[in-house]
Amino acid sequence: MTEHISADVVIVGAGPVGLFAVFELGLLDIRAHVVDILDRPGGQCAELYPEKPIYDIPALPVVTGQQLTDNLMEQIRPFQPTFHFSEMITSLDHLPDGRFRLKTDGGETFETKVVVIAAGGGSFQPKRPPIPGVEAFDGKSVHYAVRKMEAFRAQRVTILGGGDSALDWTINLAQVAARVTLIHRRDAFRAAPASVNKMRALVEADVVDLAIGQVTELIGENGVLEAVKVKRDDGSTHEIATDALLPFFGLTMKLGPIADWGLALHENLVPVDTEKFETTTPGIFAIGDINTYPGKLKLILSGFHEAALMAQAAARRIDPERRVVFQYTTSSTSLQKKLGVA
Amino acid sequence: MANITFIDQSGEARTVEAAAGSSVMEAAIRNDIPGIDADCGGACSCATCHVYVAEDWLEKVGPPQPMEEDMLDFAFDVRANSRLSCQIRVTPELDGLTVTTPERQG
Repeated sequence: MTEHISADVVIVGAGPVGLFAVFELGLLDIRAHVVDILDRPGGQCAELYPEKPIYDIPALPVVTGQQLTDNLMEQIRPFQPTFHFSEMITSLDHLPDGRFRLKTDGGETFETKVVVIAAGGGSFQPKRPPIPGVEAFDGKSVHYAVRKMEAFRAQRVTILGGGDSALDWTINLAQVAARVTLIHRRDAFRAAPASVNKMRALVEADVVDLAIGQVTELIGENGVLEAVKVKRDDGSTHEIATDALLPFFGLTMKLGPIADWGLALHENLVPVDTEKFETTTPGIFAIGDINTYPGKLKLILSGFHEAALMAQAAARRIDPERRVVFQYTTSSTSLQKKLGVA
Repeated sequence: MANITFIDQSGEARTVEAAAGSSVMEAAIRNDIPGIDADCGGACSCATCHVYVAEDWLEKVGPPQPMEEDMLDFAFDVRANSRLSCQIRVTPELDGLTVTTPERQG
């Protein structure tokens, strides 16, 4: 028997709706585990628009994505959720006792009575560069993250992109790699100015090569890269000998493994009822942007409402014997105790 | 009002009406134009409303601002006439604008 985490609820996604689900479940004495592929809470609010104002959150005339996330984290603190960041749930299996077994790509296993999918637009995954045939090199010579710098020791590393990830890894890998080449489509970088200066100094010192252009072709066989072909703005091309290619073109949203969980899907959305926000599989709920039902609006406030109703149904599933009494946080001392204010 | 034509990768053209002051992305979304995802809803933070502006319209549309140029780094197959359609403001002068959607968004 392998080690696993026994849970009442696992929430898939730490965006605003997943976070508020922690609150609604917490009021009903249910503690949640929350899994998210990003390394921090907030989902799209944190990843896509941390500094953009949102104007349609009730009672908050204007709030940024990051402020909303910070506020929600403060609001749910009394309920002590357990976060599992930088992990994606890869599989869902049914257990004979009606529970679900979830496994993550980080090696974690959950056995849980209820699953709440609050995965928004899906999981954020690295964008593949627009190079023909790049898939064949994925995982062998093309890597979208650096887990261990040692893996690149004495290798000829080519890095693509102009943001912080591209620049940070150019600077760091220059210490262990045989040679680092940074390729960007223009001679302007949106990375932090200090990193850009450091990179330029390394180029000046002939430690790092900088090429302005776009990679058009990968040369190699059986997933093993030998060189990349770069096209410059003037139309000329040249080859750069490469053992490892690291593209850093940001993240894109993909539905991901949820598609394989045996749920009915409608255009990559999960249909639910509007009483419990439960999917076609009893015990699996879906709230927020990922679900669909007649009249659905992809609004954060709709997701909050869905979280509240889901929590009531989830509580009945977790403990069918229990009588759930509806209470207000303004007047119920037992709710106020849970919130740590009474 | 301005008419805007979206040409997809198969060459099919769709012409829609766009209100002055709105963005080219909004006109696409309102009219279910395929090939424009607009994941972030127009906040210039996702590069999934990428279009190629027809050569003869480049001057009128103008170049991208630095923030948009930064975000274009994340777009698929960026070319000299690449723009993010959420950052193109519709004006009566853009009546007849033609853009092509890329093979894919991100």
